[in-house]
Amino acid sequence: MSISVLFASHLEETVAMILFGIGFSLLLLNRNLIKKIMGLNIMDTAVYLFLTAKGYIYGRMVPILTDGITDPNAYTNPIPDGLVLTGIVVSVSVSALLLSLTIRLYDRYHTLDLDKIIMEWRKEEDA
Amino acid sequence: MDFLRNLPFFCIMLAMFTGIVSSAVSGRAARRLTLAMVTAVLVMSALTLVYAEQAGESTTYLMGHFPAPWGNEIRFGTLEAFLALYFAIIMLLSVLGGWSHAVIDIEAGKENLFYVLIDLMMSSLLAMIYTNDLFTGYVFVEINTIAACGMIMIRQNGHGIVAAIRYMVMSLIGSGLFLIGISLLYDVTGHLLMVPAHSAVEQIVADGTYIVPLLVIIVLISVGMAIKSGLYPFHSWIPETYGYATPTASAILSSLVSKGYIILLIKIFYRVIGFDTVISSHVLNALFAFGVIAMIMGSVHAILQTDCRRMIAYSSVAQIGYIYMGIGLGTKAGMVAAVFHLLTHAATKSLLFISAVGLYEVSDGRTDYLGLRNAGFRNRVAGLAFSVGALSMVGFPMLSGFISKYLFATAALEKPHKMLITLAALIISTVLNAIYFLRQVVTIYSGRPGEAVSTGRFIKEAIAESTFSERFASIALVLLNLFLGLFSEVVINLISRGLDLFA
Repeated sequence: MSISVLFASHLEETVAMILFGIGFSLLLLNRNLIKKIMGLNIMDTAVYLFLTAKGYIYGRMVPILTDGITDPNAYTNPIPDGLVLTGIVVSVSVSALLLSLTIRLYDRYHTLDLDKIIMEWRKEEDA
Repeated sequence: MDFLRNLPFFCIMLAMFTGIVSSAVSGRAARRLTLAMVTAVLVMSALTLVYAEQAGESTTYLMGHFPAPWGNEIRFGTLEAFLALYFAIIMLLSVLGGWSHAVIDIEAGKENLFYVLIDLMMSSLLAMIYTNDLFTGYVFVEINTIAACGMIMIRQNGHGIVAAIRYMVMSLIGSGLFLIGISLLYDVTGHLLMVPAHSAVEQIVADGTYIVPLLVIIVLISVGMAIKSGLYPFHSWIPETYGYATPTASAILSSLVSKGYIILLIKIFYRVIGFDTVISSHVLNALFAFGVIAMIMGSVHAILQTDCRRMIAYSSVAQIGYIYMGIGLGTKAGMVAAVFHLLTHAATKSLLFISAVGLYEVSDGRTDYLGLRNAGFRNRVAGLAFSVGALSMVGFPMLSGFISKYLFATAALEKPHKMLITLAALIISTVLNAIYFLRQVVTIYSGRPGEAVSTGRFIKEAIAESTFSERFASIALVLLNLFLGLFSEVVINLISRGLDLFA
């Protein structure tokens, strides 16, 4: 299957996986703490995009009873959306924690570069 | 008796509410609340174990009384109840053993926050043991990570924060992989509850559809959990975090936190994907290989350390390797050995961290291994406890470490093509373990009496300072180690029956 076919048939899923890869490599490889946190958020958001894309069935409505239609086939499953909301709560709290740690580190070492921070830290260690 | 089935849920909730209440009270009250909560969880888990033993099968507890494809479930059998009981014991002893140091290490006025984190940790560990729902598992994995991060940074110096951020980054990479793994699993199965998801996976395997996605799912979940529990190539944060945290935190982090993830992984292997499917995917071989490398490299790094606590921390890397090697053998015997070693390591590592602190107290706070010269005579209880822990890790008969090594070796015999590697790795790793642990044990019992860095008065004060609860915790952990070593038959039977109920 060529890439263009993949994009045409599974656009959201493909984009989600690419975004996941971008976020993952940022979180793993970038030295800047703020960029790491951005990577974390891109990674998590990619998962939410994946879940919402998979959870939506074309032509159906959100599961809120409207106009007296009670046929379950008219609505989508609310669980994937619920998972996304739960996941957002988790990633917000984790980002907040990481940002507060970053502030503490910046106050102490005056840099956002994790490698430099670790080097400084090793020096303090030896001293 | 039927009332007892509510207890696991009640334990989780009790731990959580204790955390909320603790945030509003003083440090001393928070500590007492935490100790009371952990004791209550201990008693309730014991009752749950009795209930599970009598029932002889797994009990599913429906939350909100919605039946299977909907709702959220707790499921417990013999093994889950036993693990909850065991974790509560370790948690109780770790808190008892280290609280006097926590008072010193933690900024005044913030002591209660430490106990909030311990409460949250307890509730997330219990939830990971009991839950029967994948996404609930993920949420509690994150709660566990956040609580662990807080416990690392509660010691307010540069070390704590740098260690915490390194821990967080590695952990979040692991949970990201785990999250995308369960999202994909939800996508191909349509279920989050483990039992319906299992039938869907069986259907997929029978039909031969989604073979590649299923493989990817197994890889993502295993790698995610392996990163979080600190398997060898992802171990870089372990020595930094365990080596510098306050003693209670070190003991809890090394003996419980990584174990919670491993249990969740084993549960997903057995209950969701099916162990046969996991074996045929060959992912276990990768875990086996990394486990073996970890066993050796962890011990080599430990030998190179001069700081006693970093040495113990690197030894954790090796022990996590043992556990993954057992899982990687891909047999039931291997899994029993892995779970038994998980118990062994939990009991021994908390013992080592708690007793090592007892030794520093009488050595002017020096932590390098030569600085501890003669410390075993100055603080006899801590010296004895440390020696027992070290011998258990090396694999001395009568102690738990011996039984787990024996179990690994017998389990390896069932797998001819992995037998040689396993046995060789066990031998090499045992020798290396012996080198660095016995070196330390010999050091704390050598040197002329009185040739000490400290004056006599200082030592007396220090021993008076090493509180009753610290000595009590050390001795209780020694006894726990002896129990695992001498009555291993009971525990092994229980694990084996529990694993049958796990699926």
